[in-house]
Amino acid sequence: MSDMDDEMEDGSGVVKKFMFLNRKAPHGTVYALEGLEVVLITAAFDQDVSMVFTDDGVYQLMKGVDSKGIEIKDFSKTYRALDGYDIEKLYVDQASMDARGLSEDDLIVDVTVLPVAEMASLMAEQDVVISF
Amino acid sequence: MQFGILVNEGPYSHQASDSAYLFARNAIEKGHQVPRVFFYHDGVYNASRLATPPQDDRNVGARWSKLAADHGVDLVVCVAAAQRRGITDGVLGDNFRISGLGQLVEMGIQYDRLVTFGD
Repeated sequence: MSDMDDEMEDGSGVVKKFMFLNRKAPHGTVYALEGLEVVLITAAFDQDVSMVFTDDGVYQLMKGVDSKGIEIKDFSKTYRALDGYDIEKLYVDQASMDARGLSEDDLIVDVTVLPVAEMASLMAEQDVVISF
Repeated sequence: MQFGILVNEGPYSHQASDSAYLFARNAIEKGHQVPRVFFYHDGVYNASRLATPPQDDRNVGARWSKLAADHGVDLVVCVAAAQRRGITDGVLGDNFRISGLGQLVEMGIQYDRLVTFGD
């Protein structure tokens, strides 16, 4: 086992279901950017990670975002790299997409779009829900 | 029950840190354990000992320090969030320490509940 593995394991061998609930637009506040850091670290701890995008959080996955004008780093490529961290469970709230006139074709990654009732049962299955 | 607490907002401009503190103190008083509180986003500002609120107001940072002294609560400030905001070892209040996000993930893995305070 490498030093990196030693650092990332908490020794318990426990795998819990972590859901990250992304509710905020990618820019305007720092929540989306700093939230992604927690997602990546959680995956490094070999936990069972899901990400949900709801409310303005769906804008985090929208194609064609250009943050040059606000002089803030574009971190949208991180979402495309998530599968490299074995983060493949990406869910989007149907109603949030509809309310913003978005469809799956407008998004930069493959997602599962869920109606609110299914989202609720998915949430109920989780051990830990962290909301950003 | 063991509670982990995540504080995502700075002091005074937002009630999150107050609510988290009251939750933690009352949980402990009722016989639960709060082994660790993790400060993220602007929550890292709670750790600054440079804050000097008016005498007739609560001192949010000092209140956390005292809770830690009285009950052994581990007050952990995220290093990446702290560096962005100028929170360094030199300005940390008593009983706060700077560490990595792994400390937050550990709370989720090890404790019965992880409770988030913030927007």
